[in-house]
Amino acid sequence: MDRTEIRIAGTGGQGVILAGILLAEAAVRDGKQVVQTQAYGPSARGSASRSEVIISDQEIDYPEVLDADILLCLSQDACDRYASRLKKGGMLILDTTHVYRAPLIGAVRVPITELARQATGREITANMVALGLLVGLTGVVSRESLEAAVRARAPDGTVEINLKALEVGLEYAHRLGQG
Amino acid sequence: MSPVLMQGDEACAEGAIAAGCTFFAGYPITPATEIAEHMARRLPQVGGVFIQMEDEIASIAAVIGAAVGGAKAMTATSGPGFSLMQENIGYAAMAEIPCVIVDVQRLGPSTGRPTSPSQGDVMQARWGTHGDHPIIALAPASVRETFDLTVAAFNFAERYRTPVILLMDEVIGHMREGVELPDPAAIERIERAETLVPPEWYKPYENLPSDVPPLIPFGQGYRYHITGLHHDERGYPTERLDEINPWLERIFRKIQRNLSDILLYEEDGVEGARTLVVAYGVVARAARHAVRMARQRGRKVGLLKLQTLWPFPEEVVEQAARSARRVIVPELNLGQLVLEVERVVGRERVRRVNRADGELIKPSDILAAMA
Repeated sequence: MDRTEIRIAGTGGQGVILAGILLAEAAVRDGKQVVQTQAYGPSARGSASRSEVIISDQEIDYPEVLDADILLCLSQDACDRYASRLKKGGMLILDTTHVYRAPLIGAVRVPITELARQATGREITANMVALGLLVGLTGVVSRESLEAAVRARAPDGTVEINLKALEVGLEYAHRLGQG
Repeated sequence: MSPVLMQGDEACAEGAIAAGCTFFAGYPITPATEIAEHMARRLPQVGGVFIQMEDEIASIAAVIGAAVGGAKAMTATSGPGFSLMQENIGYAAMAEIPCVIVDVQRLGPSTGRPTSPSQGDVMQARWGTHGDHPIIALAPASVRETFDLTVAAFNFAERYRTPVILLMDEVIGHMREGVELPDPAAIERIERAETLVPPEWYKPYENLPSDVPPLIPFGQGYRYHITGLHHDERGYPTERLDEINPWLERIFRKIQRNLSDILLYEEDGVEGARTLVVAYGVVARAARHAVRMARQRGRKVGLLKLQTLWPFPEEVVEQAARSARRVIVPELNLGQLVLEVERVVGRERVRRVNRADGELIKPSDILAAMA
């Protein structure tokens, strides 16, 4: 596998950086080369936040996304900012709970945050639903490694609820795949 | 050992532990806080001491004190804190105290953009403290290299009795990579030199053939004086020129005669290259990408990645640039290390690529400079 670039973008507090870390952790467990970076403002919540993961079989030189193969947007701001910088033929995934104005290019539109609220009662698990969806649709990492990453890195006492949210995303991707 | 996902700041802390660091004093600051957090967890596990001080001036002072007490000691900060530490870094240079100061560079000046990368402190690392003094500064370009260069920083500090600065940047500090750390038993660790002479003969600043007199920790019966004033071989203040000059010559000589040990760098295809890129830190990764793309287009391009920035590797750069008609120096500042490159290879051949707005230089920016 040559360089695959994934950008997860949203708002501080949505857990986009943790989602990136878990994806990177899963890639390491799959035996891949991986670099994970992030960009966020000085405040903990409310400002634009993004996490980027590069996965490859070869050594990774440039550590940030050049042209994203996969773009996941959890906010309108993220969609406005990054949708035009997706690689041709790349995959755009939008959380329609927050993204109301989408570009005309093809996108996978899923009410991610709404799904999280229904499944776990907690919007904060939307990042896990999103991660399950992303991995279910693209297969960039294995499901086993992703679940192992969640077990290893989810904050104490939240493993089960996070795994449940992850499952919701994976299942949704499976159903989309069956069309 | 299988690879683990590790952050650059964490690798710095692990490198310090592997090098034998047993003391950390610091004050939290983005993007260096994770180093302190990790040291606070790890040091108690190895019998070391972690102290959060009231500010950065106190932090470097505590580090110097711990080093005089015999500990391998470190602090970690970013631009604003690095500025506050400058006076005591000079004290460590003057008193020849081994210690490691990590500066995870963020965009400045002043508080700037705390969560954005920069290489704006390169000249500050060299000349931030006043007066003529040698300094060693290292710049890692990956998580694994951060581990390795932190170990090297401690070893240089002990071997040459000098403060050593590790110049990271926000991207290297915060990014995570899958890394395989070396077997601890395989890591070279330089320990504090000892002396055979009895306490009454001991001179902490003796002009020895090695140029590096051993520093015996306080509390072992060796009584001597340490000061920021110019001093004689026993450490007492002096105004005698025949004591000041030999000391000054010695502290430069102890670095200068060991350049083959101190200068760390990687060359990739510099032999016969028509274009040479000289880069360091996170920018070296954009440079590698650009060099790879240029070679695919049939260009003869070489890359010199500098890990030791200070002392500046004059001969290394001169040799690497021998066949190059153009030397490109990309930096996340408005032109700092390029001044040294220009001094060595001449301004005519040098092309600068600069960015100081908190975003990374892209491979395409470096490719454009090759056109």
